[in-house]
Amino acid sequence: MVKAVINGIPIEVEEGVTILDAARKAQINIPTLCKHPDLTSSASCGICVVKLKKNNRMFRACCTPIEEGMEIITHDPEIIEIRRTVVELILSNHPNDCLKCGRNNNCELQKLVADFGIREEHFDKFVRDIPKDSSTGTIVLEASKCIKCGRCVDVCQNMQDVWALSFLERGIHTRISPAGDIKLADSPCVRCGQCSEHCPTGAIFEFDETSKVWEGLMDPEKYCVVQIAPAVRVSIGESFGFQPGVNLTKKTYALLRRLGFKAVFDTSFGADVTIMEEASEFVERFVHKKGTLPLITTCCPAWVDFMEKFHPDMIDHFSSCKSPHEIMGVLSKTYFAREKKIDPEKVFMVSIMPCTAKKYEITRTDEMFASGYQDIDVVLTTRELARMVKQAGLDFAQLPEEEPDHVLGDYTGGGVIFGATGGVMEAALRTAYYLVTEKQFPKVEFENVRGLKGVKETSIKIDDTKVNIAIAHGLSNVEYVLNKIREAKKNNQPMPYHFIEVMACPGGCVGGGGQPYGVTDAIRTLRSKGLYAHDDAMKLRCSHDNPFVQKLYNEFLGKPLGKRSHELLHTDYKARPVYRK
Amino acid sequence: METSVVPDIANVVEKWKDKKGNLIMILHEIQNQYGYVPREISFQLSKLLDVPLARIYEVLTFYNYFKLKPPGKYTVSVCMGTACYLKGAPELLEELHHILGIKEGETTKDGMFQLEIVRCLGCCGLAPVVKIGNKIYGGLKRSDIVNLLSQYSKEGAPVAQPV
Repeated sequence: MVKAVINGIPIEVEEGVTILDAARKAQINIPTLCKHPDLTSSASCGICVVKLKKNNRMFRACCTPIEEGMEIITHDPEIIEIRRTVVELILSNHPNDCLKCGRNNNCELQKLVADFGIREEHFDKFVRDIPKDSSTGTIVLEASKCIKCGRCVDVCQNMQDVWALSFLERGIHTRISPAGDIKLADSPCVRCGQCSEHCPTGAIFEFDETSKVWEGLMDPEKYCVVQIAPAVRVSIGESFGFQPGVNLTKKTYALLRRLGFKAVFDTSFGADVTIMEEASEFVERFVHKKGTLPLITTCCPAWVDFMEKFHPDMIDHFSSCKSPHEIMGVLSKTYFAREKKIDPEKVFMVSIMPCTAKKYEITRTDEMFASGYQDIDVVLTTRELARMVKQAGLDFAQLPEEEPDHVLGDYTGGGVIFGATGGVMEAALRTAYYLVTEKQFPKVEFENVRGLKGVKETSIKIDDTKVNIAIAHGLSNVEYVLNKIREAKKNNQPMPYHFIEVMACPGGCVGGGGQPYGVTDAIRTLRSKGLYAHDDAMKLRCSHDNPFVQKLYNEFLGKPLGKRSHELLHTDYKARPVYRK
Repeated sequence: METSVVPDIANVVEKWKDKKGNLIMILHEIQNQYGYVPREISFQLSKLLDVPLARIYEVLTFYNYFKLKPPGKYTVSVCMGTACYLKGAPELLEELHHILGIKEGETTKDGMFQLEIVRCLGCCGLAPVVKIGNKIYGGLKRSDIVNLLSQYSKEGAPVAQPV
């Protein structure tokens, strides 16, 4: 332990703790801008400077470990003046068009400017004129608003191992860009959106498609339907004063009806269907030895894109099953339209997703048009939905609780935990166990697959046969798992795993790139807990017990992996170039 | 993507492969060979060295020395050192921008001229000075630029004697 004094307050912290974190122990918040709890300190902005009492030497609190006997001053008129100058210097390179900015009202720079009461600009302006890049149709890059904190570059290169974004040039000319003067869509970008989730300003944000949805809702010819993803229900409230993790499923249904949707569905139902297909696929490969093991999940479109670009040798391992929201899309324009006797051409399906990559997924291959139409018309992120609610003048907190619409709305606990890392695996195991043994698993909770550890390896027994599983989240954690497979193949050894789940975003969809800003591990944990508590409270925990899933198979699909399932619910993958230019 | 470049970069990579800081040294050799670092070669380097293309471009753009585009036949260097600056170099530069339609660091579409800004060329007595290829022209006025350039573009080789 290290003893030190901050602003006259004695503190004791563990060795290696930074001055920034130590100050919090003394109820002192040192302002930060480039620092993010997920990332190593880059110490690039300089706003967190503090000084040593004995000699007035300045240090950056975010990257300086506190030492025994240090006496630190975090706030005095001189330091505040320095911080103000830092903010003013950053502003001198910033376009300051806050009113029209994608981050207006939730920008970390804007907040600092407000806190420091900056009313004038003392420095000459130098703002680089860099054109906006919307080429991916999922995230928008406005490099002129970049403050060079380096968060997105760290996220893209180290957390996600994608290397689409980099810092080009140097000094005042430094800018974020893919390698060379190419568009993001021609770069390795997998559209996970983690850069937008971590950007403190409006330099990277989601591609807004709310106007498409408003147009759909105003069109009397259209029959607008909507689905919400598991992870949205535990995060949407954050934009309306709720704590992260509060389960607002039923209020969200109500608000979607108030927005004008004629039917409100739940992606968790699609997740239950995914499980029927994917667990059957696993049993097919595991028990009947038809197909390659380990089986790897494919619910996450950023992961699919990453695999197609960087690991195409793994294509055989991929589940051919579509993601839950795509399954919802095709079913809404076939099964639901038939039940309701609506012309499927008129069905306008909107997905509310925690994800930016889902915007890309809906036109990824021809199979995303399996209904004969584009199965999903528009994808909105959680952040876009929050804006629509505000535009519509809905008092979210006071809305009544409503139920989803049949036949694509009712779900089990297995479906809803899809939103957390390990959730797909847990739900699949519940059903795979049943499919193999025709018995319910004695305890449906698989604690070992839960939590935020980057790679989770464990095994379970199905009828005395050991099933080895791995779960990876955050794309930089994938390589370890895949290399173990490659190693085994090379040496002709038994496969290290039978079943693997991968989610591109740390924490899974609860930490998705389209979720409300400010995500940290604490928030990921709260949101996940919200989903697990929801699962816990449900009568039906296993996807195969969902009566509406049973009805779907009895009346429409036939059996899992059957002919119609294959036509509507499955897809394929191909190697794609990492760079298109 | 260009595929016309057929380099023996494998040899260069082999030479530096196990040495620390090899990327910069390899890029130096490439630039010496081609006068710039072609994108196609960066792609190949990325594979051979197992270094992401983004990292290669971070290095290439960090150092002004490295060029990403083929150099023009003639490099037009405008001296912006103190003496030349005071004697009207900014005007000469503006005229060059205007006539060539390029900014510093760029090359004209026909590949003839590449525009650069340099600091002192060591002949302040001749200020303002412009260097084209290896010839130095001094005491220039804005109105001299058109004729000066036309000598190069017409003949493909300098005809006028240096001052």
